[in-house]
Amino acid sequence: MSTHDEMHPDHGDEHGDIEEVHATLKGYLTGFVLAAGLTIIPFWLVMGGVFTKSGPADAFILLLAAVQIVVHAIYFLHMNTKSEGGWNLLALIFTLVLVVITLSGSVWIMFHLNDNMMPMTLQQARNLP
Amino acid sequence: MPTMSTPSELSTLIFGRLTLDQLPLHVPIVLGTFAAVAIGGIALLGAITYYRLWGYLWREWFTSIDHKKIGIMYIVLGLVMMLRGFADALMMRAQQAISFGHSLGYLPPEHYNQIFTAHGVIMIFFVAMPLITGIMNFVMPLQIGARDVAFPFLNNFSFWMTVSGAVLVMLSLFVGEFARTGWLAYPPLSDIVASPDAGVDYYIWALQIAGVGTLLSGINLLTTIIKMRAPGMTLMRMPIFTWTALCTNVLIVAAFPVLTAALALLALDRYVGTNFFTTILGGNAMMYVNLIWIWGHPEVYILILPCFGIYSEVTSTFCRKRLFGYASMVYATVVITVLSYLVWLHHFFTMGSGASVNSFFGITTMIISIPTGAKIFNWLFTMYRGRIKFEVPMLWTIGFMVTFVIGGMTGVLLAVPPADFSLHNSLFLIAHFHNVIIGGVVFGLFAGINYWFPKAFGFRLDPFWGKCSFWLWLVGFWVAFTPLYQLGLMGVTRRLSHFENPSLQVWFVIAAFGAFLILLGIVSMLIQFWVSFRRREALRDVTGDPWDGRTLEWSTSSPPPPYNFAFTPLIHGQEAWWEMKRHGYRRPVTGFVPLHMPKNTGAGIILAGLSLVFGFAMIWYMWPLAAISFVALLATAIGHTFNYQRDYNLPADEVARVEAARTALLDSHG
Repeated sequence: MSTHDEMHPDHGDEHGDIEEVHATLKGYLTGFVLAAGLTIIPFWLVMGGVFTKSGPADAFILLLAAVQIVVHAIYFLHMNTKSEGGWNLLALIFTLVLVVITLSGSVWIMFHLNDNMMPMTLQQARNLP
Repeated sequence: MPTMSTPSELSTLIFGRLTLDQLPLHVPIVLGTFAAVAIGGIALLGAITYYRLWGYLWREWFTSIDHKKIGIMYIVLGLVMMLRGFADALMMRAQQAISFGHSLGYLPPEHYNQIFTAHGVIMIFFVAMPLITGIMNFVMPLQIGARDVAFPFLNNFSFWMTVSGAVLVMLSLFVGEFARTGWLAYPPLSDIVASPDAGVDYYIWALQIAGVGTLLSGINLLTTIIKMRAPGMTLMRMPIFTWTALCTNVLIVAAFPVLTAALALLALDRYVGTNFFTTILGGNAMMYVNLIWIWGHPEVYILILPCFGIYSEVTSTFCRKRLFGYASMVYATVVITVLSYLVWLHHFFTMGSGASVNSFFGITTMIISIPTGAKIFNWLFTMYRGRIKFEVPMLWTIGFMVTFVIGGMTGVLLAVPPADFSLHNSLFLIAHFHNVIIGGVVFGLFAGINYWFPKAFGFRLDPFWGKCSFWLWLVGFWVAFTPLYQLGLMGVTRRLSHFENPSLQVWFVIAAFGAFLILLGIVSMLIQFWVSFRRREALRDVTGDPWDGRTLEWSTSSPPPPYNFAFTPLIHGQEAWWEMKRHGYRRPVTGFVPLHMPKNTGAGIILAGLSLVFGFAMIWYMWPLAAISFVALLATAIGHTFNYQRDYNLPADEVARVEAARTALLDSHG
């Protein structure tokens, strides 16, 4: 039984095993244009007074922020389903699960806590149902 | 400051709010401690200077990027801080045993409050975490057949950041005071209005600086496990300890940023007057509690999972059987990893969420006991019909199983929201979490230290004093904490420095006696180290495999050479070393090649030292010093990126020389 293979020159080295990332100028420029656009649009929406109500404006800006995250992940962090042998995708899914748990759980909990809290100010006490 | 004249503007600029009043010259207990620490410290430094050890320590240890040496340094840090944390525990037990009726005990309340806060902070952040990280650092790369961790310099830097955090906590004993808020520093008690002194700032900066180290070491070890396993070691062939280390580091990477963010928001509230956790201007203190437990619950699994790994290795080694239910152990670990994010509200059932929220989190909490219970059965079935050798690590493991199961059951009891409403914040809770942390984490760490000590130092630990330590800890634990269960059921709340009801006193006296037994257990362990060092020739491990082990770390010499493995092993099954032994493995004695190795660097200790200065300056509002140290910190970090001499080739001759020495040693002992 052969128990050894040949020496791995990179084993135990902090520079070792870096996979080639397909970073191109075109990719970075596309990412930059998209990211800049996704930043400018929310400013324009608010400063130009495009929406009359703040609710839809908030929702739309949050949507753009989510798209912004995807743009960064694809063009700057070079995420795809195959990079690092699928580990990146796995890590992303795990992160998303945790973020969803943390955010939705916190919103749910804080809503309950606020709802059940005693009135803290005179004004809150007057507005009790 | 009634007795002092107002400090001049210049001294305020330089020293901030630090004045001579902040030195505890009027508190005899602290002064006595300071004298003892100062004399001990001077004696230690003097001895190091006398024996000319500074150069050796600097070259071989402080600047070392060898994962084994960093692991050992982490463990030394954890054990030293354990002495401080345990001294706090003894002081609390003594105070509560005598402070009844007219007697107010010997500790004033403001001092007592600092002690219970420091006890919790030190035991979790500066005892349990360094010991866990240290054992993972030492063992895991050996178990996966790697030469070092993925980022050797970061490893050294992480360690020294943890040390800087610990030094800040220790400084608070002698300069100013520590937080009086409990170990999680809930606002509004921890905000600038209720706690205007430097205590909470010590807390924030100590945890933030140490937190950088913890997070970086989590990333480092995680990358190491994913990228640097020996060829053939698929995920389902990893030793269980490595699996638990993987899950723990995933938890560290995912959870610690939440702590960092929560503490950063608290710091903003205290330093620049934001209102994240105030009760006015839209702030909400309950959000802090929510955030801190989103980190806090995964944290307890960060501590316990590697200990589960240690128990698994110890059980299968000392029962001479492969681990029962390897796959179920892996799945249980992964399930716990995910579930640990779904239970955080059980720490604040009583804060006012409705029945739906409380039932959801109560049920998730009970579900998490299922995979944990599965693990207990796996260990029991591993022992079943095994040839059990009752060596010290195995004793700790059996002590753990008995103790932890009871602690787990009281945990399930607390997970029932209606029961929690009467037990919350009581001594029952204190007894419960000490039951699982001492019975689970501490016993596991001691099992691990006894198990891997011969690998680290080349000689075994003396079993007699090890057994003394084990029995004193086990009995001491139960004598110390059973009364607290009882008191908690009677409604006694935690963190009290004085009691009026004399009928409670007998329980506290019993608990104090239990703490005394644990003290004897700790002393026995120190004696064990000393006796083992004196008897090291008799306890010498020449084979590198003193327990007839099953995983790869036992295939190297004890202590392993700096490069761990002259040739990277090829893995064919789950218990790599056991199978190599069964198939008549022969150590290669020729054909060595040069090895590419990382080089030592002092950058880690310098960066951490500057962080310490920065933290201290921020705590005392010394703004010029803070600015200077921060700029120096950035400059050193950037400067280090231009250091291109980070590696060297260990010549093949040197490898051949080290390996030949081992061959000669093995031959001379048949």
